[in-house]
Amino acid sequence: MATHTIRVTVNGTAHDAEVESRLLLVHFLRDRLRLTGTHIGCDTTHCGACTVLVDGEPAKSCTLLAVQADGAEVLTVEGLEKDGALHPVQEGFWQEHGLQCGYCTPGMMITGYALLARNQNPTEPEIRHAISGNLCRCTGYVNIVKSIQYAAARLR
Amino acid sequence: MAPRTSPEVGGMGHAIKRKEDPRFIRGQGRYVDDIQLPGMLYLDIVRSPFAHARIKTIDAGRALKVPGVLAVITGETLAKYNLHWMPTLMSDMQMVLPTEKVMYQAQEVAGVIATDRYAAADGVDAVEVDYEPLPVVVDPFKALEPGAPVLRTDKKDKTDNRIFHWEVGDKAATDRAFAGADVVVTQDMHLPRIHVASIETCGCVADFDRVTGRLTVYMTTQAPHAIRTVVALVAGHVGLSEEKIRIVAPDIGGGFGGKVPVYPGYVIAIAASVVVGKPVKWIEDRMENLQADSFARDYHIRAELAAGKDGRMTALRIKTVADHGYADAAANPSKFPAGLFSICTGSYDFGQAFAEVDGVYTNKPPGGIAYRCSFRVTEAAHTIERMVDVLAHQLGMDPADLRLKNFVPPDKFPYRSVLGWEYDSGNYPAALKKAMEKIGYAALRKEQAEKRARGELMGIGISSFTEIVGAGPSKHFDILGIKMFDSCEIRVHPTGKATARFGTKSQGQGHETTYAQIVAEELGIPAAHVEVEEGDTDTAPYGLGTYASRSTPTAGAAGAVAARKIRDKAKKIAAHLLEVGEEDLVWEPGKFSVKGAPQKAKTIQEIALAAYTNHPQGLEAGLEAVHYYDPPNLTFPFGSYICVVDIDRGTGEVKIRRFVAVDDCGNIINPMIVEGQIHGGLTMGLAPALYEEISYDEHGNIRGGSFMDYLLPTAMETPQWELDKTVTPSPHHPLGAKGVGESATVGAPPAIVNAVVDALAHLGVRHLDIPITPEKVWTILREKGVAE
Repeated sequence: MATHTIRVTVNGTAHDAEVESRLLLVHFLRDRLRLTGTHIGCDTTHCGACTVLVDGEPAKSCTLLAVQADGAEVLTVEGLEKDGALHPVQEGFWQEHGLQCGYCTPGMMITGYALLARNQNPTEPEIRHAISGNLCRCTGYVNIVKSIQYAAARLR
Repeated sequence: MAPRTSPEVGGMGHAIKRKEDPRFIRGQGRYVDDIQLPGMLYLDIVRSPFAHARIKTIDAGRALKVPGVLAVITGETLAKYNLHWMPTLMSDMQMVLPTEKVMYQAQEVAGVIATDRYAAADGVDAVEVDYEPLPVVVDPFKALEPGAPVLRTDKKDKTDNRIFHWEVGDKAATDRAFAGADVVVTQDMHLPRIHVASIETCGCVADFDRVTGRLTVYMTTQAPHAIRTVVALVAGHVGLSEEKIRIVAPDIGGGFGGKVPVYPGYVIAIAASVVVGKPVKWIEDRMENLQADSFARDYHIRAELAAGKDGRMTALRIKTVADHGYADAAANPSKFPAGLFSICTGSYDFGQAFAEVDGVYTNKPPGGIAYRCSFRVTEAAHTIERMVDVLAHQLGMDPADLRLKNFVPPDKFPYRSVLGWEYDSGNYPAALKKAMEKIGYAALRKEQAEKRARGELMGIGISSFTEIVGAGPSKHFDILGIKMFDSCEIRVHPTGKATARFGTKSQGQGHETTYAQIVAEELGIPAAHVEVEEGDTDTAPYGLGTYASRSTPTAGAAGAVAARKIRDKAKKIAAHLLEVGEEDLVWEPGKFSVKGAPQKAKTIQEIALAAYTNHPQGLEAGLEAVHYYDPPNLTFPFGSYICVVDIDRGTGEVKIRRFVAVDDCGNIINPMIVEGQIHGGLTMGLAPALYEEISYDEHGNIRGGSFMDYLLPTAMETPQWELDKTVTPSPHHPLGAKGVGESATVGAPPAIVNAVVDALAHLGVRHLDIPITPEKVWTILREKGVAE
């Protein structure tokens, strides 16, 4: 199996690594960098538990190869908190009970973060549309919508 | 009811923020796949493409040449240790790995052990298995026909495919009631196979230490203590002794019943770790999860309801065929092969009822577990709530009126149902009337009539369900002989903080918060100062785990009683400190004070310190208690749901316009968490009603084996749930609570189905099986000539 040298900046820290061509980005993040906040929930890009930002865009890291992230800036859930202060999206999920088992939560928060970066005042349908690629089995989405609305209000 | 404690203490009734969330929102949860041990190996599994086949050969030669592959484990390997079969929770037997035949598609055939997960997957691809296909039995009715191939040839005396016949009620009296009835309605319905599909799949890390002989298994389990005992019983002969087995359920990414059973992957990983002496990780992928793990439902039901002309319901008769697949791998209490299906008389005061269920083997994955419900309650509630609507339709009565006419009256509680349950408390008319008022029922009926006149399709559906949870009293409830109590151990430390450990295991329900609030309620120690631990069999007291909405009814009650034991001891210490008799003390949350002299008081924190520094002579030092709670009865949460749907005549799509849910789960511990549980439960009720189904073709090939075809509701399909409540405390639970995690999953599907049928009733539609897909509706619209 061919290997490649890649440089990926994750949460502001540059990582140089030798990876197999087929290594998935999610396994690079989880198993190599030990950033286990990004989860795996399916193998078909449906559930969104593995969502991270790649150069500012939400991407499902279970269907991206690590080599495709060469030269990219990646943001994972571990990068949301800055200087000991929770990001408003994190605050919102806690405040509005936007999580239960916590498994879809990192991907859901990253998607919410990306939405709010491009739309500071999303409507409920816009929020629901934005998170429609992230499955949650516990919450029924009601409180996830509220969590993102809470964050939007905090960020405005 | 106003909370008794201050917001700072955060006892019952306070919507305090969850204590577990800080780690989850930072991505610092610790799920099984996050665990990485030194030298850890990976297991991946070869699975059968056939639903029924003889295994001629398994050739591991090519696989063993794959770089990184260390071993291939087959049924023959496990047979050397007599570990190739294991018991199910229903005392049936199922293969861990086959030595002769495979019995369902995706069955485990061999395990590949490798140095990393990619190499293990390569190894799986390289294992060559030669199969000889055998006749496949997919249809459970055909499985019961004389001459059907007998599937369980491993069972020496088995001559057919019937697993069990179970019945309840007085058949002769029920038949007489039917013979004398004015009106009888009959309806066949199928509740198809569905899968819980928790977003985290199943997996484990098995870590056997050859030097100490200790086995630690980190695993996705809802019932760690029971698993430890099962491992000791099943693998005792290879030296795994219960005191040397530690099961750890770390953070669990959703369970819903799917993480109660023992799957072959766990056993192979444990066996591999014991043989190799290194930690072995097994994490199934989503397709394996959907295709091979225990399914739920698959009940083929024929229901009959007898009534007077005035709509007074008199008798219920139900005959069911339960497709269990290759093995009865349900997770019911031992004495209940059809679970609590005998709650099928629901919220209604029936004079007679009779129900029978036949369990059947087919060439499908084993199962029969719950999907976020208490042992077949969903099947029961669906049946009765559909039948009430079928009868209403037949009689031309409003389904709300028919329900109000037949509810168990509030003054009849505790109520003895004709099938033998004692409902603890309830007020069914109050819940339904509240839901009708909230949704504006009368106005909706008017709107529907106007729309119908214009050719528009709108329906209103009601479900007034009764749950039965909190298993259960030891007289009737056990799993593999272990009684279904649950437990709590509380230790109050010298500085007045507490650690509380429970025999259950949260999978998202928020136990770390709710249980802390129970201790706060009873002892006045702030919930913020109560650390809750569960899931580690080395530290937590023995309990049967979390499923069937049993945590609050059993372990929550144990927590309250354990805290009261501590309070009793604290009172002795307070009397000693205040130099008064115990009878002179009064308790308010957080302190004992002297009657008539409230300034003379000792806080629980002062008492805790004294328990270690100045305890009265003759009394043991320390401030700890443990309680194993054996519930005197089950609890019976209930509710009334009303759903309004609009149907697109062009596509057949069902659009839920409104859904009002009035729930009654008794006294509420954390209103925010209860609301969240209901939101989630409703969404897992919507899912099978409109989207989810796992079906098989005639060769036993799965349809719906990935998220491509198995549709979980997204935020787009899920409506804005509108919640309300009534509060009817349980008279026997120490806190008056009942449990709530599953009510909505039980109650929601019939409300949705009833709404869709109601929208189409004037076209002659009387019933629809779930899931009600656009295709199913559109086909009807086209047949009736109303499709656009």
